[in-house]
Amino acid sequence: MSEGRIVLEAVEVSRSFDVSRPWLQRTLAGEGRRVLRAVDAVSFAVTVGRTLSLVGESGCGKSTVGRLAVGLYQPSGGEIRFEGQALSTARAQPALRRRMNMIFQDPYASLNPRWRVSDIVAEPIRAFRLLRGRDVQDRVGQLLTQVGLSPRDGEKYPHEFSGGQRQRVSIARALSSEPEFLVCDEPTSALDVSVQAQILNLMRDLQARMQITYLFISHNLAVVRHMSDLLGVMYLGRIVEYGPGESIFAAPRHPYTRLLLDAIPDLGMAGGTRVRTPVGGEVPSPINPPSGCTFHPRCPLANARCRAEVPGHTRAGDVLVACHAVEEGRG
Amino acid sequence: MSLLDVDRLTVEFPTRRGVLRALDEVSFSIAPGEVLGVVGESGAGKSLTGAAIIGLLEPPGRIGGGQIRLEGSRIDDLAPDRMRRIRGKQIGVIFQDPLTTLNPLYTVGRQLTETMQAHLPLSGADARRRAVRWLEDVGIPAAAQRIDAYPHEFSGGMRQRVVIALALCAEPRLVIADEPTTALDVSIQAQVIALLKRLTRERGLSVMLVTHDMGVIAEAADRIAVMYAGRVIEIGAVANVVRSPSHPYTVGLMGSIPSLDVRVERLRQIDGAMPRLTAIPPGCAFNPRCSQVFGRCRAERPELMPARQTAAACWLFDPAQSHV
Repeated sequence: MSEGRIVLEAVEVSRSFDVSRPWLQRTLAGEGRRVLRAVDAVSFAVTVGRTLSLVGESGCGKSTVGRLAVGLYQPSGGEIRFEGQALSTARAQPALRRRMNMIFQDPYASLNPRWRVSDIVAEPIRAFRLLRGRDVQDRVGQLLTQVGLSPRDGEKYPHEFSGGQRQRVSIARALSSEPEFLVCDEPTSALDVSVQAQILNLMRDLQARMQITYLFISHNLAVVRHMSDLLGVMYLGRIVEYGPGESIFAAPRHPYTRLLLDAIPDLGMAGGTRVRTPVGGEVPSPINPPSGCTFHPRCPLANARCRAEVPGHTRAGDVLVACHAVEEGRG
Repeated sequence: MSLLDVDRLTVEFPTRRGVLRALDEVSFSIAPGEVLGVVGESGAGKSLTGAAIIGLLEPPGRIGGGQIRLEGSRIDDLAPDRMRRIRGKQIGVIFQDPLTTLNPLYTVGRQLTETMQAHLPLSGADARRRAVRWLEDVGIPAAAQRIDAYPHEFSGGMRQRVVIALALCAEPRLVIADEPTTALDVSIQAQVIALLKRLTRERGLSVMLVTHDMGVIAEAADRIAVMYAGRVIEIGAVANVVRSPSHPYTVGLMGSIPSLDVRVERLRQIDGAMPRLTAIPPGCAFNPRCSQVFGRCRAERPELMPARQTAAACWLFDPAQSHV
């Protein structure tokens, strides 16, 4: 799985947030500080022109990883490397900084409603002084054409576009600094399915043409399967299964991955070709995660060791799995 | 006889620039014990159809024509207070967001007993006993203790269970569920769908399930109605609509959904977007995006007609259409 140059690498990255109450209330109630470990010792590496997807339910830390990957958050532990350099060093150099960008979920919130589309798309070009004068507008026209809009659309404001078209504008903006690495945080979750298909096709076309590397974050396993080369399944801040997407979808090993794949309502359910087994329980609060393997309260394979000991990653074929049961051959 | 009949229902919004038709002669029916899935993209009119049935159209929206019949009698022209008695007693409602459905200031027990006592002749003690049973029935652990908890003390999935109990506790015959699982995580979604299916089976309940999630519909519904630009454009048994759709829009829609079972290089895509209400094209509203469009599609509006295994509003299936 390691052909090509590594663009982004995370080594044991953690990020905690202080969610304590204010000092006075805390003192009066006689309680200590409370820390939420949003991301806990997460490691991965993406090679050039590939897509790594992170998938998981709300609160699993996938969006925090996305923000860590472009430097919007600083890690509390571990290190992120971009093109072989520490991310903080890389971000200090405009020439490297412009090579990473981000696409957000909500195209209604991520575009400034008071700016014309041409200014929105041109902002990174101007900020990084890539071009000047007339060339900027020519480039904006090119970018808009590339994402399936017309250069004349630059005159309009975001509210004149539908959700799918706005997401195209977001993509054009993300591409304008000529990045090699894009973090896409739920880029199609706010869109209707037929529009989602347009955006996903566009993203793959752009990747094929420009060798862009994606860190793709989604809760939708079917979308993830369509997009990814590599897949990381997250649960409560940890990656519980990591490896080539095809291997994981063909033979999911971690009980949580299996639960997710079983739980998803899919078109195949019509007429009942797939039979589902609903698993009980919900994702626990990340402020007070369960001991040992955090999945143990919902896991059908849990035993005493799972409740006491945090599982490390075991290699199973070309996949890494964090599960005692898999390691012991009970899975 | 069907439980609910929606017959050429039209919903209009008067605006300064004329009257907009948000629903245009929508017809379908739901049999007792049947789950009808209503799918479509945002703005297709699926939630509006639900709102019209329960008499909760936001003004200035109004029913501009057609009829809604529940067990044979019209409910679209009732006075607000008579409609209020039907809502809850005969038609239960489940909305997307459990936090906005539940009153944060009352315990869930009080909300359940109040609802039941408003519609059923029950004493306070009886209503409370039933409320506990309902909470147990929708799978809330330690229901006898949890009944005195407030909505914020429940997790999202548990809250949606409470909402389901609340919708069903007055024993309606029909439930309108508008995106009941959209706000939930996938593993919780599965639990809620399984619960809804069990309750419909046990109680012979009819459900109109409105959602944009084709997977949820494929799993839970018996029949599907596909909506586009305020019209039902295809309707049929769930397996037929999903596996062998007839209308070019449904074909495109099904092809555009990434699947868990097979990985394709490219998703099928329908170019363009659904037209806005102000700019619905003449003829078939889908004609500008349709790959099989011909002259008649731009001039004449198709009604639902038999099409292979379903019914579709598309001229391709008109027997008089010779060149197909």
